[in-house]
Amino acid sequence: MKLKQLEGLLGGLQQFPQPKVELEQYPTGPHIASRMLFTAENSFGDVSNKVVADFGCGCGTLGVAAALLSAEHVLSIDIDPESLEVASVNAEELELDIDFIRSNVLDLGWRGSIVDTVIMNPPFGTRKKGADLDFLSVALKVASQAVYSLHKTSTRDHVKRTALRDFNASSAEVICELRFDVPKMYKFHKKKEVDIAVDLWRFVPASHQRSTSCRQG
Amino acid sequence: MRLLTHNMLSSNIKGVVNGFPLRIEAEKVVEKTVEMNGEFLKKMFEKVDWKALVDASRAMGYTELPEEVDSSILDSDEFLNRFHHALLELHLEEGALVCPETGRRFPVNKGIPNMLLHEDEV
Repeated sequence: MKLKQLEGLLGGLQQFPQPKVELEQYPTGPHIASRMLFTAENSFGDVSNKVVADFGCGCGTLGVAAALLSAEHVLSIDIDPESLEVASVNAEELELDIDFIRSNVLDLGWRGSIVDTVIMNPPFGTRKKGADLDFLSVALKVASQAVYSLHKTSTRDHVKRTALRDFNASSAEVICELRFDVPKMYKFHKKKEVDIAVDLWRFVPASHQRSTSCRQG
Repeated sequence: MRLLTHNMLSSNIKGVVNGFPLRIEAEKVVEKTVEMNGEFLKKMFEKVDWKALVDASRAMGYTELPEEVDSSILDSDEFLNRFHHALLELHLEEGALVCPETGRRFPVNKGIPNMLLHEDEV
């Protein structure tokens, strides 16, 4: 599938009917979502034929993008039932099989190492400090191959240091810098639209590096 | 919810030592046909907990998976078809997932398990 085609399909998805500020619900726009998954697939082979989990899926955009790029199994998780309802309608309309789970991403219990790739647009931690890094910590435990995530560019050094030192990531690379358009959705937004610089990251969890180095050795 | 998802979830209630596998209470099961991917199945064969998959598929009314398997069985197309069907085509639509230690029920509605923990379970 071409990038433009993917972006076009994602542009037709329903978004949050009533966004909840405490969950930092900002839609992942089609521009960002299509580039994130397109890069994951075409530069790294982390999507097609893989098991992909979307952490904090909201209305399901990233998981839908993964399914459109031929992920074999997509598991999308969110705490908010209304978002999940919209997300499952979005998946149905494109005739995609996606599994949804209602849970706090930080509380879910996992067995084994079935998930290859975690994709996420985590809460940026503006309302609840550190929320994005809490998500990242779990993602790096669950994924066996790679984690793709968005974090504010202003936190770049901190994200890198924390991923490598505290979460045991074997690599943490910024793939590109993107503009995240946040429309005026909440009362505390003073401007009509805000442009936030965000980094698209690719992290490799530690266990993967171990198995890679075993093979090379 | 597919049984592949079931195979990777465990109950995470505070104090629970072994929350896997969640017992399935099936009220409604739906089947959705998807294309088979042999390479994917072979990779999953190494990763799934086989007994949990057999028990889960039985709870969903599908009894065609053998209890004892080793990797030589992957040469059989008939086996791959059954494995594919159990893992990816059966969906728990209505029912519950039950914590094996505490008996706490996590309801499944419209195919979506509600794994949200209460405040005193975190």
